[in-house]
Amino acid sequence: MDNKDNERKSIIKPSHGWAALNLRDLWSYRELIFFMTWRDLKVRYKQTLLGASWAILQPFLTMVVFSIFFGTLAKVPSDGVPYPIFSYTALIPWALFSKALQDASRSLVANSHMITKVYFPRMILPLSSVLAGVVDFLIAFIVLIGMMIYYKITPTTNVWFLPLFFVLALVTAVGVGLWLSALNVLFRDINYVLPFLTQFWMYLTPIAYPSSMVPVRWQAIYALNPMTGVVEGFRWALLGTGQPPGTLTLVSSIVAVALLISGMFYFRRMERLFADMV
Amino acid sequence: MTHTAIKVNHLGKKYMIGSSVNAYRTLRETVSEQFSVNKKRSAVLKNASESIWALNDVSFEVNKGEVLGIVGRNGAGKSTLLKVLSRVTEPTRGSVEVYGRVGSLLEVGTGFHPELTGRENIFLNGAILGMRRNEIESKFDEIVAFSEVEKFIDTPVKRYSSGMYLRLAFAVAAHLEPEILVVDEVLAVGDAEFQRKCLGKMSDVAKQGRTVLFVSHNMSAILRLTEETLVIDKGNLLLRAPTAEAVDYYLSSGLTQEGQRIWQPNEIDQKSQFIPTAMRILDKKGNILETVRSTEPFSIEVEYQIRKPTKGLRVGIYLLTSHGEFVLTSFDTDDPIKFDTHTVRDEGVYHSKVNIPANFLNGGRYVLGLNASSYRIKTYFHDEQALAFNVDPSGAPGMQWPESRLGPLRPALKWEIKKI
Repeated sequence: MDNKDNERKSIIKPSHGWAALNLRDLWSYRELIFFMTWRDLKVRYKQTLLGASWAILQPFLTMVVFSIFFGTLAKVPSDGVPYPIFSYTALIPWALFSKALQDASRSLVANSHMITKVYFPRMILPLSSVLAGVVDFLIAFIVLIGMMIYYKITPTTNVWFLPLFFVLALVTAVGVGLWLSALNVLFRDINYVLPFLTQFWMYLTPIAYPSSMVPVRWQAIYALNPMTGVVEGFRWALLGTGQPPGTLTLVSSIVAVALLISGMFYFRRMERLFADMV
Repeated sequence: MTHTAIKVNHLGKKYMIGSSVNAYRTLRETVSEQFSVNKKRSAVLKNASESIWALNDVSFEVNKGEVLGIVGRNGAGKSTLLKVLSRVTEPTRGSVEVYGRVGSLLEVGTGFHPELTGRENIFLNGAILGMRRNEIESKFDEIVAFSEVEKFIDTPVKRYSSGMYLRLAFAVAAHLEPEILVVDEVLAVGDAEFQRKCLGKMSDVAKQGRTVLFVSHNMSAILRLTEETLVIDKGNLLLRAPTAEAVDYYLSSGLTQEGQRIWQPNEIDQKSQFIPTAMRILDKKGNILETVRSTEPFSIEVEYQIRKPTKGLRVGIYLLTSHGEFVLTSFDTDDPIKFDTHTVRDEGVYHSKVNIPANFLNGGRYVLGLNASSYRIKTYFHDEQALAFNVDPSGAPGMQWPESRLGPLRPALKWEIKKI
């Protein structure tokens, strides 16, 4: 046997316990991530009347409702900025996150026909559904820029840190998405848990209210929710309100990375069952 | 000098059947299993008895450039083998050494999205099958030409006819260039013209020196395309032999079921609305026969259960020679009057019985297939090798010459001899 053959030799055998992440395999399929994301985008708003405007309408209408009930009626403080922009700044990363959870957790089951027929790194499915949400995020972000002009808010130099908080949101979304998608193959309960989970999670995140309302002694536990770090970061970077990144951001980032890594390993461990269970 | 392409060592794949295979687990079950020791033990015991080895200690080797056929009954483990080889599912035991990229054609059109256009689906499907973007781009025109859908390439595929859809899907897959190609039953679908085209493409692939593993129920395709064939039954590799010998062995041994085929519940998807239970060869008096006489009529009876009212259902048979050549296809509602009087079949157990006249078949071995479908709506069941039987030619026309007659039919034809 010549060397060329040895190079391409691969061995298929049963795996046990925790599997290696095999990121090289994922990298060699990077084009498929792109194609799947593109497919999700292409198909998402087909046969809808308003099309991509939904990406704006969802956070925007939530912002309107929040502004009326929390801002005007309940008089929730908003760190000295107008309540609508205060909540909208938090709602866009939140919309990215909640949409990612929804789509990623269903991605494996929805594409079961592919999983049972062709090999590709399964992680591509939840990954591309998270990435498809980024486009919605960017569309909704344009509205935020419009609102900032309307409310005459000039971003400070903090704005250069925004991409970091955006990445933090993505890391959290992918981490949780991997966990939920793998669990959903084994336990379809996830479908029923998800609406509650997203709702609870939203209340645990300072979207309708500022994190300064949370008592100081709870702050450390509060920061365990990585979305707290994301939302606070967005407000600090864009509106200049709240605390500059500190312990809270650090705790959030550590939790987010832990979620991502554990999610990837759990996913890889469960991956071998997908084709037989889905 | 030959090189190994695939080396399969003692491969085994276990499936759990019953509760945990189709139905997914719920959290409650898992949690209660964790907490209750007894229950857990009983669940383990139950699972042990409900597991089957879809593949059991299978070992073989395939050399580069070899075209290997795989035959076996439904549920014999053929598809499981291909799924393991293409890394869709993991084996439970044993290992496979693979040299080179494996391309699989387990089902054409995987990942096609109805809302996307033909063009978009070519790229998407190509990527799913493991092609690079530039690879797809360079073959794009070839793929489109092969699929014959040039005019509709920018139309969403949901507007395609089923034939167009299939041609496009096969075209993408056929232009994959892996070192090893595994093909499962692509030819079970599509019209005769399309099947011819697929077979042509497959033999081209083989001629290019690539390794092909080809699973099919179509014996003539297996005979035409492959040099050697594996016979698999109940997860075991029974025989590896030159194709003609293997096909002969397969048709004459595995299928013999004394003139009757009974489908066990675990062989059939119990959620289907059409569940075949038996197929029998009967003589005039209703006895089950394995060998019929060419000079006497016999009948073929299909017993099945309909689970919910089914519209436009046709239950029919295929009759094939032992070489896999079709002799005829016939459905119980072929007669337009029957078709009008049986528009909907309600739930219940049914018999569809057809009489085969005397002096019709030549002596030899034949295979019966079963198909239940609603035309252009759905195929509920399809098995081209349900049952085999023998025809004894004694007493048939021309028996004064002890030679074997060519052709599957042996009718008593009226000849006129005149001197002019």
